[in-house]
Amino acid sequence: MRYKNWLTIAGLIFYTTTWANDQNIPMVVGPCITCHGIAGSSVGPAMPTIAGREKEGFIEIMEAYRDNERFSTVMGRLAKGYTDADFKIMADYFCQQAIVHYPQNVDSAKVEKGRKLHNKYCETCHEEGGCEDSESYNLFTGQRMSYLQYNLADFLNGNRDMPKRMEKYLLKMMKEQGEESIDDLVHFYGSQKSVK
Amino acid sequence: MSKITRRHFLTMATGAAIVGCTPIIAPFAQKKVVIIGGGAGGAIAAKYIHKADPTIEVTLIEQNKHYFTCFMSNEVFGGSRTIDSIKFNYDGLRQQGINVLYDRAIGIDPIAKKVELALGKKVDYDRLIVSPGIDFKWNTIEGYNESLIEKMPHAWKAGSQTIILRKQLENMKNGGTVIIAVPPKPFRCPPAPYERASQIAYYLKHHKPKSKIVILDANNKFSKQALFTKGWEKLYGFGTDKSLIEWVPLDDEGKVVGVDAKNMTVFAGEFENKHKAEVINLIPPQTGGQIVMNNGLTNEDGWCPINPRTFESTLQKDIHIIGDACISNMPKSAYSANSQAKVCAKAVVAALQGKEMREEPSYVTVCYSLLGKDYGISVAGVYRLQDGKIQAVKASKGVSPLNASAEYRKREFDYAHSWYNNLTFDMFN
Repeated sequence: MRYKNWLTIAGLIFYTTTWANDQNIPMVVGPCITCHGIAGSSVGPAMPTIAGREKEGFIEIMEAYRDNERFSTVMGRLAKGYTDADFKIMADYFCQQAIVHYPQNVDSAKVEKGRKLHNKYCETCHEEGGCEDSESYNLFTGQRMSYLQYNLADFLNGNRDMPKRMEKYLLKMMKEQGEESIDDLVHFYGSQKSVK
Repeated sequence: MSKITRRHFLTMATGAAIVGCTPIIAPFAQKKVVIIGGGAGGAIAAKYIHKADPTIEVTLIEQNKHYFTCFMSNEVFGGSRTIDSIKFNYDGLRQQGINVLYDRAIGIDPIAKKVELALGKKVDYDRLIVSPGIDFKWNTIEGYNESLIEKMPHAWKAGSQTIILRKQLENMKNGGTVIIAVPPKPFRCPPAPYERASQIAYYLKHHKPKSKIVILDANNKFSKQALFTKGWEKLYGFGTDKSLIEWVPLDDEGKVVGVDAKNMTVFAGEFENKHKAEVINLIPPQTGGQIVMNNGLTNEDGWCPINPRTFESTLQKDIHIIGDACISNMPKSAYSANSQAKVCAKAVVAALQGKEMREEPSYVTVCYSLLGKDYGISVAGVYRLQDGKIQAVKASKGVSPLNASAEYRKREFDYAHSWYNNLTFDMFN
């Protein structure tokens, strides 16, 4: 009898300690989820998924929003409400969350075209599963398609700076394959699952 | 029977012990949180408390089996959204282990710590969270009372009221007049009357272009005013004699002071100017929901004073109030309620675990308004506890640029729908 009681208590302690901290979402992260989705995975259509982001990259993006170095609608405003320590807490939380891919309307013909375009114009830098720099691929695979579209548009219209090499390849692609090739790329990346 | 090994036996004994003894231990250990109101605040509080500490018993009391979001309901008037698309249920919360009682809370006993329900039941709590939304001051406009809400719908709580107003717009002749009567501040969702005017104008422009909207306003200024004005000029001819929208502020005799329901007429301003219309959307002046009004939780204006760190009432111990009904510098919006609920959930869990809430509270509101197809505007801000009050971090608070491109407006339109989808997914899953 005494033995059984002991086991009960041990069992309850185990039960409470494993579950009590299960979903301890930091204070500053709570409101991120409202727009960007549960655990940072967005159901869309446009708001980007921010789960699974590598920490340093996450912090750099937030700093860029805060310092008006990256074009945005709302994030440039909100980022000014947080401290460096807050950015770190957010980065810590979101980098640990698995990305959930909610359905998107992908056109399979465009996906196939986009895959070829990716292989020809993008892959050398944004290598799939590339261990050295998997982030550069994960940045946009499985991302919300509208969001990918906005970002490519921002690169092309000068709202966002892009690396010289990227500019060269992107313009080359559009010249050789037409402007709709951008849309094909968006469908391809939107259809992919992140490597992480 | 198969042989039972020693290891097997131990596993079984542990299992049996937990299952067998939990009911004996639980009454002493298990804390109870009761939440009144399953809207933008209450549903989130229930979910986040349950997730943070599943040993706490969470009971959500909600009078309706289905929840219609007030946010995005204006798109039903524009015609781009069906009423079913703003309808949700509580199955997702139940499946997570939250008790949902479909009943109406009618009384609170803060001494015995019990909530009394309309069907006679009483529910015990250790902490009570009240997220009651708003109620209306029925007797402030002459000739107007609750019995007129089907004739002159407010549609300020979504559901049947939304359907009635939409039907009235559909039945109106081309060339008819729609009045939107805006109450004095504060009211639920500050930009919503003007978004509503925009959405109705969108509908009229495409189906009844000879018609007109008159906004009779009990205020001289409104949320995102410059952005609305600019959008209306672009989309609905605002400021010209062919404008679909006319705005009459307080100083131009805009405040509705009486109605003649039989003749579909309202009287506005000091001189009680007559305005006749085919459709009258009369939005009455507001207070916090009935449950807080009837249980000593409000000030003389009908809103609830709270401790901004915990949302605990300053009038009653162990009762927290979140959302539209509580007093804060945040706008009375769904996003504010969501954000407040998450802070309150942390405070309540910490209190029930006998701990201090160590994190500094942080709140956000992001509010989009949709003026027409591909035309969205926003106001956003991060709020913190400053000088003992919930106040916007100055640098973070702001609206969309006045001279933004069409592309920018379209993005905000798309982001608004994402905002809605993620916010409602957060509430019910």
